[in-house]
Amino acid sequence: MIEIIELSKSFNNHKVLDNLSLRVDKGSTCVVIGRSGCGKSVLLKHIIGILKPDKGKIFIDGKEVTTLKEKELNQLRLKIGMVFQGGALFDSLTVEENVGFGLTEHNQIKSEELEERINESLRLVGLEGIKHLMPSELSGGMKKRVALARAICIRPEIILYDEPTTGVDPITADGINTLIRNLHDKLKVTSIVVTHDMKSAYKIADKIAMLYQGRIIAEGSPSQIQNTDNPVVYQFINGLAEGPITEMEAVYGLW
Amino acid sequence: MKENILIPVKKIIAFLYMLGGLVNLIIQTFYWIFIPPFKKERILYQAKRAGFDSLPLISLIALFIGIIMALQTAYQLQRLGSEMYIASIVALSLVRELGPVITALVVAGRVGAAITAEIGSMQVTEQIDALQTLATNPIKYLVVPRFLALSFMVPILTLYADIVGIFGGYLICFLKLNVSSSMYLNLTFDSLLFKDLFSGLFKAFFFGMIIALVSCYEGFNVEGGAEGVGRATTRAVVTTFILIIACDCFFTALFYFIFP
Repeated sequence: MIEIIELSKSFNNHKVLDNLSLRVDKGSTCVVIGRSGCGKSVLLKHIIGILKPDKGKIFIDGKEVTTLKEKELNQLRLKIGMVFQGGALFDSLTVEENVGFGLTEHNQIKSEELEERINESLRLVGLEGIKHLMPSELSGGMKKRVALARAICIRPEIILYDEPTTGVDPITADGINTLIRNLHDKLKVTSIVVTHDMKSAYKIADKIAMLYQGRIIAEGSPSQIQNTDNPVVYQFINGLAEGPITEMEAVYGLW
Repeated sequence: MKENILIPVKKIIAFLYMLGGLVNLIIQTFYWIFIPPFKKERILYQAKRAGFDSLPLISLIALFIGIIMALQTAYQLQRLGSEMYIASIVALSLVRELGPVITALVVAGRVGAAITAEIGSMQVTEQIDALQTLATNPIKYLVVPRFLALSFMVPILTLYADIVGIFGGYLICFLKLNVSSSMYLNLTFDSLLFKDLFSGLFKAFFFGMIIALVSCYEGFNVEGGAEGVGRATTRAVVTTFILIIACDCFFTALFYFIFP
């Protein structure tokens, strides 16, 4: 289980997260929605311990992430896979080396088993036979799927997705959504997905939470969010140009 | 008026900030050198990139420097009829001063700039964050191999540049000034003492460390996209050049007073 309690973070006096609290049950998929630049990626980076909060606590299976030492944090990170927005594949390594990076770097398994794990991960994302290609030879959608293969190769208990469908065509986006759903069903992982793609959110979420002005302003099942009476959530999920979000931005600027 | 006064203050603060960051990077690099796992293939790969791949450029520049030194010295010494001392002057200037400095400047421009651009690009495309999420320390993975490779390859390249430069001087003396091969070699080796070679290689070792640390530091601190990478690369080369010359001045004075 992941529990975030009153998390706050500012960059150059600009408050990005403001007393944010969220709870994600073990084995469930929580989708965090919100406008671009509202702090969704910052939230993920706090969960995996890349960023330290100004205030607040994050518990993963009872361990407080923000106070862990580097060694303990690394042990925890080996249970978490993260898929970055642009893939963040290592340019100088092949697809095979990228996917197996987490395992080779920590000398966890023998080479035959490693090869089998890499093949299995690539098979799960539907990308067999591209092991020897370099990241520069892949399309945007393929990069995202290789990044996903890299995340699942370490057999994580938690997967964090940063805008997995952004920048790919609708068919590839739907393929990625199906993949996320299948991985959730097959591997029984806990997932947090940040996105502003509502189609994706409805398809993969067990729970949707809306991040606005640094905090979670609404959360519930996809059907509860679709039938919301919160005007901010309503404007966002329906993609309306006029409403409380844009009115607020016109007065105070972007959050 | 007030803004004009604030500009130098801001620059001093930025310089102190950079100095603090560099000291922090030095401490962390030395810490991670001794933490397992030790992957020697990564160091060897960086050593090949920094050392072996730099040989053609170093050869060309060192040869030209040797030729220029011999010609300029000959211009002065011919007036005094002392051409035979060209060999000693070329050898001493190269081994003590020009060899390490020229090698370091070439490596800073060729390898240091590439390191900043590579790490900077990794920073803006979240590859550094990805390393951390895969439980890998970026300093251990990126800085330590480059630091060790450059610290040992710059002295080796310096030694090579010394030999090529002395050969360049020999070409001028032998072909143009009718100094025999044996005389040139005798005068070269007679004039060189161990402390001359040591001081040159000692400086080169430090120059290698400076190139690695400044280049990596600037790479990690890239902000923005491609433009930020370009700015950081320029800053890394300029800072490295200044530090190499300043360090050279310091060590030359130190060796002059300690081993006169």
